[in-house]
Amino acid sequence: MNPLLLTLVTFFPLVGVVVLLFIPQERKSALRWTALGTSLVTFAISIVILIQFNSADPDLQGVVAVPWIQVAGWNIRYALGIDGLSILLVLLTTFLTPISILSTWEAIEDRVKDFMIFFLLLEMGMVGVFLAQDLFLFYIFWEFTLVPMYFLIGIWGGSRRRYAAIKFFLYTMAGSILMLLAILWLGIEGGTFYLPDLIAQGGIPGDIQIWLFLAFAAAFAIKVPMWPLHSWLPDAHVEAPTAGSVILAGVLLKMGTYGFVRFNIPLFPEAAMQLAPTMGVLAVIGILYGAVVSYAQKDVKKLVAYSSVSHLGFVMLGLFALNPQGIQGGILQMVNHGLSTGALFLLVGMIYERRHTREMDAFGGLWKVMPVYAVMTLIVTLSSMGLPGLNGFVGEFTILLGAFGSYAYNLGLSAAILTGFAALGVILAAVYMLYMFQKLFLGPLDKEENMNLKDLNLREIVTIVPLLVFIFWIGLYPKPFFDLMAPAVGKLTAALQTVAVAGLW
Amino acid sequence: MTATDFLSVLPLTILVAWACVLTIADLFIGRKLWTAVLAGLGLATALVVAVLTGGETRVGFNGMVSADGFAVFVSVLLLASGMVAVGLLYGYSRRMGFERGEIYTLLLFSMGGMVLMAYAADLIAVFLALELFSIPLYILAGIARPRSESEESALKYFLIGAFSSAIMVYGIALVYAATGATALSGIVAALGSPAFNVTLFSVGGGLVLVGFGFKVGAVPFHMWIPDVYQGAPSAVTAFMAVGAKAAGFAALLRVFVTAFSTRFDVMPELTTVIWWMSALTMIVGNVLAVSQKNIKRLLAYSSISHAGFILMAFTAYGQESVAADSVASALFYLLAFAVTSYGVWAIVMSLEQVEDGDDGMRKGLNLDDYAGLGQRHPALALAMTIFMLSFIGLPPTLGFAGKLYLFRTAIAGGFYSLAVIGVLTSLISAYYYLKIVVIMYMVDGEPQVHKARMLGWTVGVSAVGTVVLTIFASPLFAWAAGSVLELFR
Repeated sequence: MNPLLLTLVTFFPLVGVVVLLFIPQERKSALRWTALGTSLVTFAISIVILIQFNSADPDLQGVVAVPWIQVAGWNIRYALGIDGLSILLVLLTTFLTPISILSTWEAIEDRVKDFMIFFLLLEMGMVGVFLAQDLFLFYIFWEFTLVPMYFLIGIWGGSRRRYAAIKFFLYTMAGSILMLLAILWLGIEGGTFYLPDLIAQGGIPGDIQIWLFLAFAAAFAIKVPMWPLHSWLPDAHVEAPTAGSVILAGVLLKMGTYGFVRFNIPLFPEAAMQLAPTMGVLAVIGILYGAVVSYAQKDVKKLVAYSSVSHLGFVMLGLFALNPQGIQGGILQMVNHGLSTGALFLLVGMIYERRHTREMDAFGGLWKVMPVYAVMTLIVTLSSMGLPGLNGFVGEFTILLGAFGSYAYNLGLSAAILTGFAALGVILAAVYMLYMFQKLFLGPLDKEENMNLKDLNLREIVTIVPLLVFIFWIGLYPKPFFDLMAPAVGKLTAALQTVAVAGLW
Repeated sequence: MTATDFLSVLPLTILVAWACVLTIADLFIGRKLWTAVLAGLGLATALVVAVLTGGETRVGFNGMVSADGFAVFVSVLLLASGMVAVGLLYGYSRRMGFERGEIYTLLLFSMGGMVLMAYAADLIAVFLALELFSIPLYILAGIARPRSESEESALKYFLIGAFSSAIMVYGIALVYAATGATALSGIVAALGSPAFNVTLFSVGGGLVLVGFGFKVGAVPFHMWIPDVYQGAPSAVTAFMAVGAKAAGFAALLRVFVTAFSTRFDVMPELTTVIWWMSALTMIVGNVLAVSQKNIKRLLAYSSISHAGFILMAFTAYGQESVAADSVASALFYLLAFAVTSYGVWAIVMSLEQVEDGDDGMRKGLNLDDYAGLGQRHPALALAMTIFMLSFIGLPPTLGFAGKLYLFRTAIAGGFYSLAVIGVLTSLISAYYYLKIVVIMYMVDGEPQVHKARMLGWTVGVSAVGTVVLTIFASPLFAWAAGSVLELFR
């Protein structure tokens, strides 16, 4: 792979930002088209990366690792690389960004220029997070994503936007600064911040591994969010503008789960083994708690937000099964959740633009007036609750399979019981999802305001259809997606195996 | 005392001579612009000389001063910040109606004292420098008379300053009694001798630390800072926040790392004392900043907290392997803090109005006055956002690089719990710095902004520097790390 490609895909959005700076605030459509064009080119670059990607190779590809700050005891590199663990997430990011931008065409009328600038900066940060292979560089991208998201929520959000923005910022920062200390410790002890070198060195004593694991987990678990650190999520989601919610749910949360796979598990394998049962229990609590709370919501967006807590619980359950099925299912479920929940937020945003409310009680019988909208929502809803034939099923099934056979979960408790409780979450998902669908689309069309709602226009259909394509594709033929990640996951679990055999287990 | 002595501290000699001449010359200058220009020229000359003569280490006045890499780093930082201060003072004093020629000569004298702080290798020289830089600053704080807040500020500053000087000079006397020396090298040499008195030495060292604590604004010696910062004319406050802090820290670093180091197994409890000072400074500074409504007070508490972060890294100064980093990281942070601070203060001055508000203070100094800045003056708001991110310590800003260096030092020294206190208080600081960003971007308002070329340039250069210097931080790291090496010979 051409090593320049990764740098290009990361920083191409900056080109768009520079162009946007020279377009006057009033020329809204020029601003929108520039942003959309930039994100589409970025997507195209990521497709080139996919084409050049060798899916049989378990190692990092397209690696750039040049010295950046190498004085005064620092050994920091500008290091990017891509492998099976990250390629799908990079693609998801570059894929969701143009869709989100397209969704703002009518929703964002105020300060369009600033909005687009922040959005492209956000894209740069997110892609950087998934590609960075130097802990220091990773941290920079990681923290950087906070800033544009903070503005997106704070300026274009709902009525409690200031509260939500600050809460989002402080919550996430609280975790990541603890991670910073752990990163510094690793850098001092290991003499480098370059991740492959640190993993190769290994040899961190078990008790210290636990502390470092927890420090990294603080950052990632808040981002995921894992129960009980999830309370920032509903506020941020409900107040964020639609495009912000899509990116927040679709990509930002994945940065947390990705962090666990990329850093926690390979860097601290013994700690990961030891803490896997704990993480598994927290994940299952998250699954059930998220589902129950979702059911209690009256606001559609809040319902979808809490459903994320539940879905991300599945991802965590899969990852900490620490076996190939679990981790592969976890990664695929990250993508699935990005697609399904992204689509759900887009759909919620569309109805909100029409009615300026998201209360479920304000709707009913919408199928009669908005058939296209209803069908699309139905597909996405079914995908989200894991109907066989759609993407959600593939992910959740693989995860449950992995968790059931997990060696790590059996160390502290019974993997079968844990998986049993998790499976309960699938049923609960059907309950709250269908409940929502029923409240919105079925029953009599008895509200005056809903009689004359317009169905989706072409632009709106264009934003949803690409997501539907992948929802079906992954659901019917997931093999290409699994093939992309299998070697890298295999390498990861093989390393865990070595630790398990050599260690206490 | 020979000519070589004066040559060994040539930048300082130039500065003091220039100040003396300017005092007289000012009498014959009608337009104070020329006094300001001449003062700036003097600082620039001293700066150039400091850089050019920086290559070699020289000792002068029988070891009273040491012109080494450390001194060069600090004096370059100080002289550059002095030049910015001249520019800011000129515009500000004209606008606020207290334009006088003495401002610049006082500034030059004060700079002389600060630069001497960087060179001082003897406790007597340290004390001399301390007085030389403080006394003109007391006057500058009150220069906006008859405004009551300015006079109040000067009086408070003077009383606290005199108090702390007395403590410090008593400490120096005790150290002299214990060791028979005031030169830093002489103190070290006396440590093992039979006449050495540990008790006197410990008490003396402690009092010297207290004296420095006042100067750098470390808790519990910080109470004067908010009042003085708020009352003094903003341009003077900016200079105090950057210059006086850097000078105070410079002497603290040099004196403690050479003479009172716990490496020598004398006074091991000093590490604990500095640990607590640092922890309290970070906690108190950041917690009290949260509830501030006035931007100058908020920045005052924020500057207290930054002193705490520097002390955090300095806690490790007694460990052989980390000592150099503890000084170098402090120097780097002072630089980062200076670049960002001047930008922030220039914005504060842009929004400050000539008219008085209801509270008798000038208008435009409350946080609420920043409402709507993001819409009306996007460039200014963007710069302020960068500065706030830098103060929080978020990438990609100089404050991030600086804090990283401090935290790395603390962790390398094994002070994990202190580092955790550091990051948690950083989190608190994120709250109040972000509050300013929230007000600028998310609250509607019609901010009054005074546009002036000097202010604009300061904001612009600071903002660009805060970001760009981070990406190219390598040379700065190398300079800071290299400059401290001679301290440990």
